[in-house]
Amino acid sequence: MKDEYSNKPVIIGAIAVAVLFIYIVRLFILQMFETQYHESATSNVLRLMVQYPNRGLIYDRNNNLLVHNEAVYDVIVIPRQVKEFDTAEFCKILGIDKDYVQKQLIATRRYSRLKPSIFLKQISSYENALFVEKNYKFPGFYTQTRAIRKYPEHNSAHLLGYVGEVSDQIIKQDTSYKSGDYIGINGLERAYEHLLRGQKGVEIFLVDVHNRIKGRFKEGKYDKPAIPGLDIQISIDANLQNYGEQLMRNKLGAIIAVEPSSGEILCMVSAPSFDPNLLSGRERTSNYRMLELDSLKPLFNRALQAQYPPGSTFKLINALVGQQVNVLNPNTTYSCFGGYTVGRFHLGCHSHPSPLRLIESIAMSCNTYYCHVYRNILDHQGQINFRKNFMAWASMVKSFGLGDKLGLDFPFELPGFIPDTSFYDRRFGNKRWVSLNIISNSIGQGEILTTPLQMANMACAIANRGYYYIPHFIKKIENQDHIPEKYTTPIHTKIDPKYFPIVIEGMFQAVNGGAGSTARVARVDGLDICGKTGTAQNPHGKDHSIFIAFAPKDNPKIAVAVYVENAGFGATWSAPIASLIIERYLKGEISPSRKYLEDRILQANLIDGKASGI
Amino acid sequence: MEKRQVSNILESLDWITVGLYLLLVLMGWLNVYAAVYNEDYHSIFDISQRYGKQMLWILAAVLLIIIILLIDVKIYVFFSYFIYGFVILLLLLVLTLGVEVNASKSWFEIAGIRIQPAEFSKVATILALANYLSDPNRRLLQLKTLLTTLIIIAIPMGLILLQNDTGTAIVFVSLIFMLYREGLPGWILFLGFMAIVVSVLALTKPFIVPMAVIVIIALIYAYSISKQKDDVKHFSLGFFTIIGIFVGIKYLFSLSILLEWIVMGVILASLPLLVYYAFLKRGAKMLIIWVISISFILFSYSIDYFYDNFLQPHQKDRIDHVLGINFDPQGAGYNVHQSKIAIGSGGFWGKGFLQGTQTKFDFVPEQSTDFIFCTIGEEWGFVGSTTVIMLFLALLIRIIILAERQRSHFSRIYGYGVFSILFFHVAINIGMTIGITPVIGIPLPFFSYGGSSLWAFTILLFIFLRLDANRRFLVK
Repeated sequence: MKDEYSNKPVIIGAIAVAVLFIYIVRLFILQMFETQYHESATSNVLRLMVQYPNRGLIYDRNNNLLVHNEAVYDVIVIPRQVKEFDTAEFCKILGIDKDYVQKQLIATRRYSRLKPSIFLKQISSYENALFVEKNYKFPGFYTQTRAIRKYPEHNSAHLLGYVGEVSDQIIKQDTSYKSGDYIGINGLERAYEHLLRGQKGVEIFLVDVHNRIKGRFKEGKYDKPAIPGLDIQISIDANLQNYGEQLMRNKLGAIIAVEPSSGEILCMVSAPSFDPNLLSGRERTSNYRMLELDSLKPLFNRALQAQYPPGSTFKLINALVGQQVNVLNPNTTYSCFGGYTVGRFHLGCHSHPSPLRLIESIAMSCNTYYCHVYRNILDHQGQINFRKNFMAWASMVKSFGLGDKLGLDFPFELPGFIPDTSFYDRRFGNKRWVSLNIISNSIGQGEILTTPLQMANMACAIANRGYYYIPHFIKKIENQDHIPEKYTTPIHTKIDPKYFPIVIEGMFQAVNGGAGSTARVARVDGLDICGKTGTAQNPHGKDHSIFIAFAPKDNPKIAVAVYVENAGFGATWSAPIASLIIERYLKGEISPSRKYLEDRILQANLIDGKASGI
Repeated sequence: MEKRQVSNILESLDWITVGLYLLLVLMGWLNVYAAVYNEDYHSIFDISQRYGKQMLWILAAVLLIIIILLIDVKIYVFFSYFIYGFVILLLLLVLTLGVEVNASKSWFEIAGIRIQPAEFSKVATILALANYLSDPNRRLLQLKTLLTTLIIIAIPMGLILLQNDTGTAIVFVSLIFMLYREGLPGWILFLGFMAIVVSVLALTKPFIVPMAVIVIIALIYAYSISKQKDDVKHFSLGFFTIIGIFVGIKYLFSLSILLEWIVMGVILASLPLLVYYAFLKRGAKMLIIWVISISFILFSYSIDYFYDNFLQPHQKDRIDHVLGINFDPQGAGYNVHQSKIAIGSGGFWGKGFLQGTQTKFDFVPEQSTDFIFCTIGEEWGFVGSTTVIMLFLALLIRIIILAERQRSHFSRIYGYGVFSILFFHVAINIGMTIGITPVIGIPLPFFSYGGSSLWAFTILLFIFLRLDANRRFLVK
């Protein structure tokens, strides 16, 4: 027993002696013979230069460049290496004052005496050239290349979004971001941040005590090149987008156009807008504050975030639901004598021929007709089934992508609102409401709220006779064959396709019909535009003007929704704008006979002297 | 009575160890001062700086020592399981209540002071093991005893891994030395060692390196037990010539990986030949060598495969980080290089106290903690760093001597536990600063800045000295 253990202490001791002896030998070699370490220690300090990747570029559907990068330079300081220097000259080169130098030196020293921190952000390449030349006078300072975003078209600010320094909150959640990194904060820059950002790299240089770069550390063995971000192509048509921006100048509202056969968004305009370059570069923070304070809210993306009542455009949905639940057919006829009256209740209508059938009811946008239709939808199997009918109606409405976020590849989309039974139970008391209480929904003036995007999508669903694709911007990602499947899978509405042609004919007649049709101003020869006007009542002022349309009638190529705030009837402003967009997209130019219309729109100022900040 | 007991303890205390301890701690303090020396706060007693704080930790450690020595030895034995349980509880609590430092959630913060329970879990685990294994009815090689022992080690180790503190968790592996002393056969120690070497090589070096190491060790062993030594010699000669030719061709013509497969084929095919050559009286043993070698080769391949195919990216990162595979400017490879420059520039005599330029000028981020040894190397040169290593060696040997003179098994087992932990820390920590061992973030005992680690090592050592002061009596 004892024998078995007797040599173990010796073996254990021997292992310790052997290991530590090897260390001593290694130390001897390291400290006595490997002289290269003496040199690197006496004359050299390593400088890690972070290599920021080029952010991916963004192209439109015709390969026009929408966003690119421009080099700027950050001045970096390592407080411990700073020696006394000529502050006056330093300030002159960089265009800063002594107070700033003092303040920054204290602040960076407090952060870390050893680690590099940013002393001054984004100096121009000219300033950088001056600085590099005199760099030897300023030990502890050096400059590092960064890239900022440039937007050559100077518009589409909402669409493209902007980039800024990453916040502390995000750094905490995602450790791949470090303080000072840039991140897409809004728009496509945010939506495709993961593709556009690329990967940072590092280059390591040997620097002597005079702050001069002596060469690469180990011939660049430990360098890591930056991997540039992926380029993306988006579905936007830059020409159309620019044209839309022009049309909406001096107006409040939004234009959004979608290709029905794919769900690709062709243009997205929100007005008032601003130059996206304002939010790129050194002045970003002060410019942002200015935009934020502007009473017209230029930062607000109306195309996705404004929630308006759909107005009469919603009659299309009720016409489809009415057919689906068998309370309406093409021959259903109602008379209209200036409105819909039940007892003391009265809902007005404008003057038009009477009685009307389904097609004319759309073309002439009769309120009375849809009051009948809506009440029949809700009450058609007697009072007992009222709640069930209401829920069925709501569910069919929602199948058009209304009342929920559509889930497009863009941040901060809002859902709109389609009321449900519990909403009305809260408003009127449990089960104490009937169809007449909510009759405004028949003509889109009730509690329903939709965004312009949802309206454009609804137009797509109608244009496609019963299905739509989730609207999206992405068209192609560098080195990838497909875009996400979610954007290429059709979503079907709960309406049978056979009920669509009659409604579409109504929309066609609204634009191309005879007297009484509401949107004849939108007619363009040979384009077969189908459309529907709307006017959303606005408690804060003049009504909002709405128009949705698609064209051509068969194999539609474009669907569009236009909102102009406080502009009155849909036919007055929105319909012409929509028709110009369609004409421009399908024909490439505006025909001479319609130039007057274009001029009227371009010159109109609907902001009522409310000065825009920009 | 009280007085006599105190003077008894002072008389029988091992003053050699105490002296070594004090020397190391004071040297540590001076080096922390040199490592983070700041012109603006030049007093070593300035408690706003790390060196001033380290002084406070040292004073507190002296207080701890007095308390430890005054406590009756029976308490350590009697409460060992309780202490173990308490520390496990702390390890669990720190997972939810702890604060995160450097991506490890292993610290309690109370009134601005951070305590790391993982450091103290080493003491607790050794106490529990000493108590468990010193039971005369237990033999380590009984399955139940062995399993229980492993579980006692695995629980704190697992919890520390969950805190993301891989370095401290790995320290528990060192207890294999203690188990070896208490009955684990030598070949397990050897195979364990080989497994570690092979996995590290498999992950860091080309495939051929771990295989070469395996084959060479197998051949040496075969040679040592063979009756026909010439045959083994000839075989080896031929074998290495073939391998050499292949490797030469590969490097000359920089051919693809395919060649490595051919080399591996040759090795696999030739191992039975090796067995055949040496197949005389001790054939069975040769067969075992062959089987073990093959398993190691498969093992080294499967580690690579497992790493490539089954690990999540963040797990890979952690392993890469520990092994220093990926060059990360703020990470392992950079530190080691900086550390080697600092130590190498020290030369024979060093640059002198506070004269180190690398440690002042550069960014070895853990200069005062894990990489404290480079300050020693730079400022005190070969003379200084060798002195420090010799002092540690003296302490380690002294602990073995003390452990062997114990009457009670409890004290001896505990003593070997202390040896294992200290040896592992010293070997890994110094090894990583000179680029021999992987960069595992564990402190150099008594030197590295930090209260938790200083106190934990102090408690670890002085409980043993307290046990030793009582060596003439059975504590259990």
